[in-house]
Amino acid sequence: MEKILLSLLSLGGMGLLFGAVLAFASKKFAVEKDPRAEAIREVLPGANCGACGYPGCDGFADAVASGRAPVDGCTVGGSPVALKIGSIMGVEVDQKERVIARVLCQGDCNNAVNKYEYRGIQDCVAASMLAGGYKGCGYGCLGLGTCVRACPFDAIHIEDGGIAVVDPDKCTGCGKCVEACPKNLIELIPESSQVQVLCISRDPGKQVRQNCKVGCIGCRLCVKACQFEAIDFVDNLARIRYDKCVNCMVCAEKCPTGAIYADFAKRKVAIIAEDKCIGCTACRKVCKFDAIEGERKQKHRVLGDKCTGCGQCVERCPVDAITLNLRQN
Amino acid sequence: MEYVGKIFVILISSILINNFVMSRFLGICPFLGVSKRVETAVGMGAAVTFVMAMTSLITYIIQYAILEPLGLEYLQTIIFILVIASLVQFVEMVIQKTSPTLYQALGVYLPLITTNCAVLGVAIINIDEKYDLIQALFNGVGAALGFTLAIVLFAGIRERLELSDIPKPLKGFPIALITAGLMSVAFLGFQGLIK
Repeated sequence: MEKILLSLLSLGGMGLLFGAVLAFASKKFAVEKDPRAEAIREVLPGANCGACGYPGCDGFADAVASGRAPVDGCTVGGSPVALKIGSIMGVEVDQKERVIARVLCQGDCNNAVNKYEYRGIQDCVAASMLAGGYKGCGYGCLGLGTCVRACPFDAIHIEDGGIAVVDPDKCTGCGKCVEACPKNLIELIPESSQVQVLCISRDPGKQVRQNCKVGCIGCRLCVKACQFEAIDFVDNLARIRYDKCVNCMVCAEKCPTGAIYADFAKRKVAIIAEDKCIGCTACRKVCKFDAIEGERKQKHRVLGDKCTGCGQCVERCPVDAITLNLRQN
Repeated sequence: MEYVGKIFVILISSILINNFVMSRFLGICPFLGVSKRVETAVGMGAAVTFVMAMTSLITYIIQYAILEPLGLEYLQTIIFILVIASLVQFVEMVIQKTSPTLYQALGVYLPLITTNCAVLGVAIINIDEKYDLIQALFNGVGAALGFTLAIVLFAGIRERLELSDIPKPLKGFPIALITAGLMSVAFLGFQGLIK
């Protein structure tokens, strides 16, 4: 009887003692936290990807609460999260356009030539150290999955042809793959842009042609075709200026190798609402493709086969009679 | 001088010969769980070292000041667990207050130590071997250093395994377990180093 009592007392007493010490310590060593940091942490995606430059979502939340990080610093959450954080912090947030990563290479096993067979460590960084990689083209995607492993969102995969392709639905534009790629092949591109040069080779055209069927050979046909000065040409390579590009996709039609990619399924066409048109000819004058016909004071018409959906006429029309729609077929 | 010699023997024995992970097979859970990167392995090792040293001290005092005089040795396990759990909680609070950077670095590993059987193991071995206070302390530190040595070595190997061309069925945990087994065989070589 005495033994039971003794054991109960000592075990219970010790538990009580430790409990009291812990309770005291939790008061004494309480860390004061900014309640806003916790509120911000709640609205963050919680992927702990580190794309904001802080160690995980907790670090970012603390940084925002103490004013060291911008409220729209989370690229993964995008504008919806930025708006919520803005309302917690009580500041206005500018709307930013969503960006998506894109691998600027189409040189899969059907299109590109290999210069040797690689059997080393299955990693692009390691492979690119061996004479710049096994691809004939020194700029091409090696497809060993360094970006796949870097992606925290499972949004990038190696396709059958052996090059990496981004899944635009899953991509959050965090930029992890951009840092990981040893070939600097991945670029963050505005979501609205439907035309991209999928090649970064700066080699002379003849060499590009030998190594890859779909590389940019530097022929400048796209630069001549572009009516909006949206293509820069530097170092044998065409580059699209996304701030000027209007997605008319004319360059992609002209490109002889197919290095310029355009999503033709999303190509638009202008339609003039006849009841609104006052026959001012403003749209006909602004159209760079002669795709609008009609005499002064008469209803105008869009020639569907000539219209590229560039949208210049929409902006020009004084009575808002023109809209851009997806092509029906 | 003889006493210092004995402490040295205890240190070498607990670090190499009776390495907690490789020879006694204690603390396998964190050994496999947090050995993916050397950095975190070092953090875990540091946290375990601190907790083991503190536990050795406190459990020793409790054993000889409370349990033995009252004849309550059979309560050893449950009370030692109580001590370890409270100690880890306490240490966590103190670190969070005094050094947020260290707290961030240790992260989840600190509370994980609560359920690390190596810590309970060192407390009970101290009593079984009838060490005195100083010897118990050194046995605790030595055991923790041995744990750190094993986990850091293992993490280094696993980092290399990540980049190696491993047959598909062995990828991930299977190859890690095989590696751990081979390391244990290697540590067998220390057997018989002292007497």
